[in-house]
Amino acid sequence: MSAVPPDAYLVLSAVLFSVGALGVLLRRNALILFMSIELMLNAVNLAFVAFARVWGDLGGQVIVFFVLVVAAAEVVVGLAIIVNIFRTRETVDIDDVDLLRG
Amino acid sequence: MELAWLGLLFPLLGALLNGLLGRSVLSKRAVSGIGPGAVGLAFGVAVWVWLDLLKRPPEERSVTLKLFDWIAVGGLDAPVSLLIDPLSVVMMLVVTGVGFLIHVYSVGYMGHDPDYPRYFAWLNLFTFSMLLLVMADNFLLLFVGWELVGLCSYLLIGFWFTRPSAAAAAKKAFITTRVGDFGFMVGLLLIFATFGTFSYGPIFEQAPQVLSPGLATAITLLLFAGAVGKSAQIPLHVWLPDAMEGPTPVSALIHAATMVTAGVYLVARAHVLYELAPVSMAVVAAVGVVTAFFAATIALVNPDIKRVLAYSTISQLGYMFLAAGVGAYAAGLFHLTSHAFMKALLFLAAGSVMHALGGEETDMRRMGGLNRHLPTTWKVFLIGALAMSGVPPLVGFFSKELILEEAFVLGHAGFWLLGLITAGLTAFYMLRAHFLTFHGAPRYDAKSVHPHESPPVMLWPLRALAALTVVGGALWLSIVDFAPFERFLEPVFRAEPAMEARPALALGKGALIALSLGAAAAGIGLAWLLYIKGWRPAAGLRRLGRPLYALLDNKYYVDELYYALFVAPGRALAELLSGPVDRGLLDGLVNGVGRLVDRVGGALRRVESGYIRAYLDWVLVGTLIVLVLLYVYAWGWSWGWGGGGR
Amino acid sequence: MSVALEFALTAEDLWAMAPLLVVTGFALFVLILDLFLRPEPERKGPLVWASLVGVGAALVANAVAPAPSGTWVQGMLRVDLVSKFLNTVFLLGAGLAVLLSAGYVERQGIARGEYYCLLLFSTVGAMLMGMSADLVLLFLGLETLSIPLYILATFFKRRPASQEAGLKYFLLGAFSSALFLYGIALVYGATGTTQLAEVGARLPEALGRAPGLVYAGLGLLIVGLGFKAAAVPFHTWAPDVYEGAPTSVTAFMAVAAKAAAFAAFLRVLLGAGTGTGAVPSASASAWLSELATAWAPLIALLAVLTMVLGNVVAVVQLNLKRLLAYSSIAHAGYLLIALVAMGAGTPATAADATAALLFYLLVYTLMTLGAFGAVVVAEGEGRSENPSLSDLAGLGARHPWLAGMLALFLVSLAGLPPTAGFFAKFYVFKAAIESGPLGLALAIVGVLTSVISVYYYLRVAYYAVVARPAADADADASAERPFYASGTVWVGLGVAALLVLALGLYPTWVVESLVQGLSAATAAWALP
Repeated sequence: MSAVPPDAYLVLSAVLFSVGALGVLLRRNALILFMSIELMLNAVNLAFVAFARVWGDLGGQVIVFFVLVVAAAEVVVGLAIIVNIFRTRETVDIDDVDLLRG
Repeated sequence: MELAWLGLLFPLLGALLNGLLGRSVLSKRAVSGIGPGAVGLAFGVAVWVWLDLLKRPPEERSVTLKLFDWIAVGGLDAPVSLLIDPLSVVMMLVVTGVGFLIHVYSVGYMGHDPDYPRYFAWLNLFTFSMLLLVMADNFLLLFVGWELVGLCSYLLIGFWFTRPSAAAAAKKAFITTRVGDFGFMVGLLLIFATFGTFSYGPIFEQAPQVLSPGLATAITLLLFAGAVGKSAQIPLHVWLPDAMEGPTPVSALIHAATMVTAGVYLVARAHVLYELAPVSMAVVAAVGVVTAFFAATIALVNPDIKRVLAYSTISQLGYMFLAAGVGAYAAGLFHLTSHAFMKALLFLAAGSVMHALGGEETDMRRMGGLNRHLPTTWKVFLIGALAMSGVPPLVGFFSKELILEEAFVLGHAGFWLLGLITAGLTAFYMLRAHFLTFHGAPRYDAKSVHPHESPPVMLWPLRALAALTVVGGALWLSIVDFAPFERFLEPVFRAEPAMEARPALALGKGALIALSLGAAAAGIGLAWLLYIKGWRPAAGLRRLGRPLYALLDNKYYVDELYYALFVAPGRALAELLSGPVDRGLLDGLVNGVGRLVDRVGGALRRVESGYIRAYLDWVLVGTLIVLVLLYVYAWGWSWGWGGGGR
Repeated sequence: MSVALEFALTAEDLWAMAPLLVVTGFALFVLILDLFLRPEPERKGPLVWASLVGVGAALVANAVAPAPSGTWVQGMLRVDLVSKFLNTVFLLGAGLAVLLSAGYVERQGIARGEYYCLLLFSTVGAMLMGMSADLVLLFLGLETLSIPLYILATFFKRRPASQEAGLKYFLLGAFSSALFLYGIALVYGATGTTQLAEVGARLPEALGRAPGLVYAGLGLLIVGLGFKAAAVPFHTWAPDVYEGAPTSVTAFMAVAAKAAAFAAFLRVLLGAGTGTGAVPSASASAWLSELATAWAPLIALLAVLTMVLGNVVAVVQLNLKRLLAYSSIAHAGYLLIALVAMGAGTPATAADATAALLFYLLVYTLMTLGAFGAVVVAEGEGRSENPSLSDLAGLGARHPWLAGMLALFLVSLAGLPPTAGFFAKFYVFKAAIESGPLGLALAIVGVLTSVISVYYYLRVAYYAVVARPAADADADASAERPFYASGTVWVGLGVAALLVLALGLYPTWVVESLVQGLSAATAAWALP
């Protein structure tokens, strides 16, 4: 049984990261934007695990836990901000948020 | 000794306290205490430093106190350090001593001014700046003090800035001295280019080896340009008479006793350089004596008491430069000190007269007969006027006599003669001022003006200055070769040729003194004849004298000449420039740049469209640029993740 | 993370963490203390005092904690001259921000315990970034700095502008964090470690094996930090967020986030470079010589863009907060010059450049907080309208001292003597010129754009000091426009003004001691 080479994980990670980035750039719903950012973070997690495997180093896997915690904290704050906006404007379309400019 | 910087600190603190808190927090009493108190403390420090210096053997009486490195970058070192030597101590004592008395006097004189705290803040700031100037141990710090005193002078001349004449006078003083300062600055740059430092010590040490005669002449003449501006010598003397628009104590402190003597101090301080340039020495002496004579003639006819004193100041400063120019630095410094006593006394007494007449009157044609109302002022003014005229045993006699004597024995008979004539003129115009002010019939409007003697807080400084004027001569009695003043300064001016080594003289000392006294007596006598006895010269003589009088009354038309030479063409040029050149070319250029920036800014602000997605796009674009540039940089790149770890 | 798993925490480790622990402890204390206070805004005074005491205690801990220079806590925390200086800057900034906030948040009705707590946590994040010897810790510090700022930016819960500021900051910030994290992952992939010193040591080998990973990682790290520093073209969030956030938060954000970003730049780009960063190691020169030539021109490009855009757009701004936002972007450009000077020069000139960067950060913190103090004073109650330039009119007549201090800060921001801002720019430009032709070109651009900046700074100063309120339009309202100068604002601005003046009159004291300390460190690693 031949193992999947590490390169494949890294390619997958890059693809996921790009999908996330494109989501951030193309979508208009703040929640979807936010989910795309989470996707990017998880793509990075995949890269960390793959690199840890390549180097035979546990450190890379430990980092993933830190990143998860940070992502969780971001979720809490981000959702609060988005919900707060929704309460006053009843929309989370980021194209409607353009009071400040110039 | 190490704490000499306290002398700088006290006036600075006083200025800060009065300037920042004077209006809001401090009571008027507190302001009156802080202002003079700060200078009094500085005087204490000066005395203490002086005593400390006396304790040392003469050759060790020069101490450099490095306070801190202000900025040390590349080849430029600008330490803030002080030089304590006999010369700076003499200046410190004069500045703080006379300054203290004038500050005290100001408490009475300026008492009713609504801007009382501002006045003391600036006066204290001036004291600080002047001390910085004389205590600096390098030319750069001296220049800082030099500019600061100029600034304070500007601010104080224009103290009553709501008067157009005061504002104009302040501007005139600022611009005129700036002409000299430009030369000074170029001189400083030359010094730095030659020596690579601004510090006195290394400069004076290396000067004899390093400086060629031409370079020495250039540097010293440029420095002298600054001195001419600051000390109001020909041809930059025009600002000082107008500076009398400032409050009278300011005229006494800045425009008579201290700041205007900075030029003399500069020449004395840099005498090592001047001695390498005989041409410059001759120029200094000639400018000095010509100014002395020229200003004295104008003072003969001027009807304004403060302006007479101002021209007298210019004239006496000329004497000091004469002394410095012939190499008699100690004598110059002695006259500087004695002049500080006499002229401060005269100005403050004049202020007391103005105070008595309601505060504004300076025209002697509307005074007269005040001796009955102002007995103390009358007495002290008489002492000052006689001292100025060179009547023994007052200090003015000794100091002026000394300069004339030195000029003569050092072989400058022509300068001596002009100085002697000037001495006679001095006696005449001083006593003329005295008689016009205090004697004869009252010419003021007795119905509305009721002269009254000034309060004690103004009279006591006058008495103190009068006492100094009477006994100050004891510092240097050249007749009996008793000269503690000269002894004290000897370590600084070692190069002065000794008395004994001088060539035989055509006239003995006794004869010189007799001639001086004769000149003084002639001047005093003539003034007495004209203004007390009411003697009128024959009509023919009067007619002959009329054009001369007009010439003098118009101050040799120098102001008009400068107007025609500089101001009018300047204005014409300005009109030309402001017309086609400026509005067409420069304005267009400046506006064009401004409009360009404005337009580019207006365009670039559209980057901030307000849309989050646009912002995200910018981040992405930036990221791509960064990555592409890095990959372009790394030519031989390969997509290398496959190799990791194997 | 590659250090063997040793869990023993030594005394030195604890001392190294002392400033962090103190601030964290006080942040928690503030949170708990808040529970015991009545909810009215005017009852929150003890929180201010607790925060100030915490900041003061941390300053003391930072100064006296007996932690020797080195790397502590399993190779995570770096203690050296740079970290101590940076901590001082962050804590000074935090303390001044608390002073500016006290009256303001009370007036605006947002004086809640969380406010001060978040401020302190954010400060901890900044300190972590300045002390990090490991990329992971750097990331954690970045998030600890940013997440509280997201909340603080949207602290006016009901105001659309503040909500928008929070959302923009959060979305863009999270996006750039993801990019930054991917950069860390790539560097980890290329070298097998996240420890900065080890990264430096393994770099030559990694460059041979996988240059693509190295360069991509480096690029993404620069992007992530450039975002926090608000360098063009990653600056787009800054003006909007600065304008929408509560002014006291903006003031803190403008100094803390930017200073922390440059602290991180220092650690990452010169992680093993000048002996100023994570570890002095013999192979450090490889990091410098191989990569500095890559990133120095890149940073130089960002610096030029940042200086030009920041200053030029500031000229057309009439809104005070927005103007200061562009001003802070422009200053990021000058700070980037110092980075270039560090990378482009020799190790000897790099010490000068590092000292210049650190000094600039200190001065920037003081003068920017001071300038924002004026906005705090001029901002009306309960209105979402931001003060514009003309709203400062009359300040000089009513509060001459405040106006004078504001003028001082503005003159300093413009970089005119005798203020600290002049010497900050002076040392940066000097270091740049000494570093080579690239630095010289940057210094020229820096001087030219500074000239532009004089225009808009002095315009603000004119309004504050000279101008009188317009009398024609609704005379009562405009003439009586209030200024809110509370005692704490006075103290904060006074301290900042004194320091700006003192550093302007006598900058050598700080700069010389920095240069000496850094040169000593450089000499230590340069020895074979």
